[in-house]
Amino acid sequence: MYFIRVDSEPFDPNHEVDLLRGEDPAIGAVVSFIGLMRDLNEGDRVDTMFLEHYPGMTENALEQIVKLAFERWQLQGCRVVHRVGELKPTDPIVLVAVASAHRKEAFQACEFIIDYLKTQAPFWKKEATENGERWVDARDSDDEAIRQWFQGDNEH
Amino acid sequence: MVQLRLFARFREELGVDSEQLESDDIRCVEDLLSRLRQRGGDWSRLLAEDQRIMMAVNQEMANPQTPLQAGDEIALFPPVTGG
Repeated sequence: MYFIRVDSEPFDPNHEVDLLRGEDPAIGAVVSFIGLMRDLNEGDRVDTMFLEHYPGMTENALEQIVKLAFERWQLQGCRVVHRVGELKPTDPIVLVAVASAHRKEAFQACEFIIDYLKTQAPFWKKEATENGERWVDARDSDDEAIRQWFQGDNEH
Repeated sequence: MVQLRLFARFREELGVDSEQLESDDIRCVEDLLSRLRQRGGDWSRLLAEDQRIMMAVNQEMANPQTPLQAGDEIALFPPVTGG
């Protein structure tokens, strides 16, 4: 079972993890990643950030990513929540929480989902800094992270 | 006709959120890109072949060879930066 939400309202990651756990006695492990807004980027103080997305496609892309994780690992559940709109430092940007019977599946699936999300889900960050507004550039290290998950797939 | 949509830096710098285009001679995303580059100015700069451009057709990630037909929604955007 999975749940996906794209939301302009702040969310409480702990509450989301509680909802994922529910009362399911088959869950033996939960791994969660929480991405937070920092107040410093590329050496400049960041006051606020605006997250743009592609309504409709964003939800579809997240669903595809989560489905891929369910195909690769034995999972009991997954919850992905992503903020859009205006954020301030310390705000949670994204939560990826994965539940499984044992920890290894949950660790791996959680990392896979956030790595994939970083390069394939249509979100764009724009920072308001002390030196004006600017779009955040994509990082090559994010491309490398997702490539590693698919290394070897073509050899079979 | 096809529907073009632009996001983030592309939308802002081109001053266009969405527009309808005649699709008679547009068979794939690359055809659309070359037509937009012919507009010159910011269009040819932002959509130049050495730029990193992501694209989606009907809200699915696509590539320059993805075929297009009338009624399709094509989105062009810079590399994504969520998470």
